[in-house]
Order: sequence, then C-alpha cells, then structure tokens
Amino acid sequence: MTGVARTESEDSAHVLDETRIREQFPILTSMVGDRPLVYLDNAATTQKPRVVLDRLSRYYAAENANIHRGVYQLSQAATDAYEGARAKVARFLHASDPSEIVFTRNATEGINLVAQTFGRSTLGAGDEVVVSTMEHHSNIVPWQLLCEEKGATLKVVPISDRGELDLDGLDVLLGPRTKLVSIVHMSNSLGTVNPVREVVERAHARNVPVLVDGSQAAYHMKVDVRALGCDFYVVTGHKLYGPTGIGALYGRRTLLDAMPPYQGGGDMISSVTFDKTTYNEVPHKFEAGTPHIAGAIGLGAAVDFMTSIGFGPIVAHERRLLEYATNALTAVPGLRLIGTAPQKASILSFVLDGVHAHDIGTIVDTEGVAIRTGQHCTQPVMDRFGVPATARASLAMYNNADDIDRLVGALTKVREVFG
Amino acid sequence: MSDLRDLYQEVILDHNRSPRNFGPLEGADLKADGHNPLCGDKISIAVKVEDGVLTDVRFEGSGCAISKASASLMTEGVKGKSLDEVRAMFERFRQLVTDQDALVDPSLGKLAVFAGVRDYPARVKCAILAWHTLRAAVDDNHDIVSTE
Repeated sequence: MTGVARTESEDSAHVLDETRIREQFPILTSMVGDRPLVYLDNAATTQKPRVVLDRLSRYYAAENANIHRGVYQLSQAATDAYEGARAKVARFLHASDPSEIVFTRNATEGINLVAQTFGRSTLGAGDEVVVSTMEHHSNIVPWQLLCEEKGATLKVVPISDRGELDLDGLDVLLGPRTKLVSIVHMSNSLGTVNPVREVVERAHARNVPVLVDGSQAAYHMKVDVRALGCDFYVVTGHKLYGPTGIGALYGRRTLLDAMPPYQGGGDMISSVTFDKTTYNEVPHKFEAGTPHIAGAIGLGAAVDFMTSIGFGPIVAHERRLLEYATNALTAVPGLRLIGTAPQKASILSFVLDGVHAHDIGTIVDTEGVAIRTGQHCTQPVMDRFGVPATARASLAMYNNADDIDRLVGALTKVREVFG
Repeated sequence: MSDLRDLYQEVILDHNRSPRNFGPLEGADLKADGHNPLCGDKISIAVKVEDGVLTDVRFEGSGCAISKASASLMTEGVKGKSLDEVRAMFERFRQLVTDQDALVDPSLGKLAVFAGVRDYPARVKCAILAWHTLRAAVDDNHDIVSTE
C-alpha cells in the first residue's frame, strides 16, 4: 500500500482551485528577464505561501523571545508557539504524540541524528545497514561513515529498469546481522513511490527497524507513520512549503527514549555538574542549544496550509498534471524519461538525445523555466541508468498545464540551438 | 540575460559535435582526471612532453557542450606550447570566463568564443574543468581535479 493509493479515495471529490492556490504564492508572479517564471524545481525546494511568510514575520515582529525556562510572558508565548508547531507536525505525520517529533535542521540532519545515536549505539563490527540504489546521498553517506567507524557493512537493494524497488532483493539482504533498513519513501530523481508498508513488514518480521526518508513524499501525499509502521521518518521543512533550516524527525517513543543524546549543550540536559550530567526527556534530549524557533513556527504554518487544502485535492491535481506532463514530454522527439515506475509521483527526469542536461537547463532558463539538471545527489541512480546526468522537472500543488506547455516550448528551443 | 547565441556559438556547437583530439593517447608522459560531481562531467587528459614543450594532448570523457568544446578547443590551442606558456594560458582563460570587465586577450585566439560564459556563472565550472585538469597534468598532480 502506498501513500498515493491511500489518499486518493479520501476526498478526491474536492477539486483544487488552481487560481486560488497560485495566488497564495507571491513568487509565482515574478519575471525571469521578460518571461514569467515557471518554477519546476520543487523537488529541490518548494515556494512559500503568504501564510508562512506572514507567520515568520509576525513571530519576529511580535513574539520573538528565547524559549523554555523564561518566566516572562513573551518567552512563554514563544515557547507555546514552538511547542504548538511540534504538535502540528506530529498531527501532520500522524504520530501518537508530539514528544515523538524532534526538530532538526533538515532531513539530512534527521538521518545523521539517527545514525549517530541509534546507529552508533546499536551497530558493531560485522553488522549491516540496508539502503537502496535510489537513495539520495544524504541517506547513503551517514551510513557509510557509521559503517566505516564500526566495521559494519552497507547493503544495497537493487532497482528495476523502471526504477522500482526490488522487494525480493530486500528479502535476500535482510539477515541476522541487519540492524536497520533506511529507505526513501519517494525518489527525488525517479519519482518512484516505494511500498514502504511492505518494506516495514518484511523488516519487522526479522526485528529490523526501518527509517524512512520522507523528504519528497511528505508534500505530495498524506503520510501516516503509524499506518506505515516505520520506526523513524524524516522530513525537511523547505520542501513542505515551509522555511529552510528546519526539519523534523519522527521516532517511535520507545526507541527515542533508549537512544543516547545527539549533540551536547543547553536545553538537552536536566542537570549539569562536573561529576554527572543527566539528560532532559524526549524530544528535548535531541535539541541542544537554541533551536530554529521561527523556522519551527513557520513549518507549523506550512503544514496547516497543506492540511487546509487537503491531500485529496493535492494528490488528484498533481496526478492529473503528471499524466499530462508525461504525455507532453514523451511526445518530444529524442526525449527519454528516466524513472517510469507505475507507482510514481510528480517528478519527470529525462534525457534528450545528443544534448547534455546542463545545456538543456541553461537554454530553458532563458525562457523563464526553472528545472534542475545534474545528478540530483543520486549518483548511484545515474550509474544504474547509465546516464551522466538528467534534466528534472518536478511538480508542486501550484503548477498547472501552462507550466508544462512552457517547458515543452522551451525544449523546442533546445533543439533549435543544437540542431 | 545575454543572447543564448553568445554562449552557444557555432564553433562551440561544432566542437561539441565533433571533438578534436578525442580518445586515448599512447605513450603519454603525464595524465590527470577531472570531475564535476554535481553535473556528472568527467574528463581525462593525457599529454606528451618533449624538452618542456607539449607535443601532443588528447582527452576522453563525457560532459555538456560547454565542457566538451572547451576541452576540444583547448587541446588545439595548447599543442606546441611550453609548459610555462600553458600555465599562463590557463590564467588568461580563467580571466576570460570569469571577469566581466576583462578585455579579450588576442593571444587566446579561437578560445575567445568562451567569453560568453562569463554571463552564465553556473556554467563557468563547465568551461574551466578541462583547463584545471590540464593544469594538474602538467604540474604532475595526481589528485582528481574538481571545480565544484
């Protein structure tokens, strides 16, 4: 069961009002030279709705104070807003309790946090961590560092020519030395939506916990960490229509309680003497120092924004647009899509015969179309498909058919230049 | 934004389609590898040197039109030059593609077609990868070059 399949039936009767959605994002009216901006690099970061910008501004203008321990009202208000944002993120991910949400800088830090606490205290020489070929570098390198330190081994689940996870390959790799499976929910370079529920079932059958990288999935589909059954889930705020510099880690409470602290400092302790320091309770144990208070509050506003629209309409809109874009792009002569899994969402990675992705990116930019080109921090995916790089158009709730038409038009200009 | 044709000049497109001095070099004296990890551009450069003069140079690899054409035109431009002259050309080329105000040095010859790159800061690393790699080869530096 995938997130897409789950959410579709919920409220797909509600149709997303394109114009009203676009009006919420001030940047969408900007120009690139003399062309209106077409923003199709959402997998890198999404644009911010006015409610998020206003919330950040209101926090700094009227509520700014350091949180926790302040006895004055302003500090209490800031603390309430920060902890209120934690509760919003917990509801957004359907966690049991806000204490299961740790604020981080981004998804990368969430993964590193788990590697350095859970991983470091669990892994020994000869143990194994399992990832997949389609991971972002941020879900590869932290485990390589850890494995190197511990004398452990990183195992890699293969993917098919369409970019699907090989579940049988996962079964082969799960063994008595497997200590963790860390897998992406939705691939940032292929768009594949992985059957996380099944991955979790297979791993849990062998008592192996599962971390899910939800960087891409969480703004395209409803995420329910309890329904998925995963043990850790990481997200990054700036892809959730929220600010940069803030992310969240969901961790099952029993695991978080047992994990050693991450960084040392203020706020993560309950008592400090030179003889003995005791640590604060979860989740504060993992949040040393003054956190990104405004960022967390802005993220709270962003998840409220998504919830107010609802994933039913968002999924339905993005699915229609993905289909439209898939048809439009495959009709471009010499264009080949990389990543054609039946279960995919909102990402179109492609190569064009005889033209390198970077040249495509530069030329379509002169038409006002922003796409990403390169390896997308997934070098093993590029190696798997035997391409040096791809061009990638990635959709968000505010994109529409006009954006796709502009992209296709810009691609004809690429042909004009390259012949 | 300047005209796209300032960047993708016909000479560049031609060298992209048919790169000169492309392929392995038998009996090379010096070699170096370059890599732009974010783009995926990869290049290997091999040279022959006699009495401090670069007598032959060839390259292999894959990359965008700018990086491939830059490597191709570079191989044509540096043949027969002394190692010191090559180092000086590297500096002049770097100035050509990065300095908005620089006048085009006539000694660069055909390489002047890359002046348009200076208006596209994200593409400077594509144009200069081959040069960094050649520089590493002539300096006998075996670290893989990266222009990220």
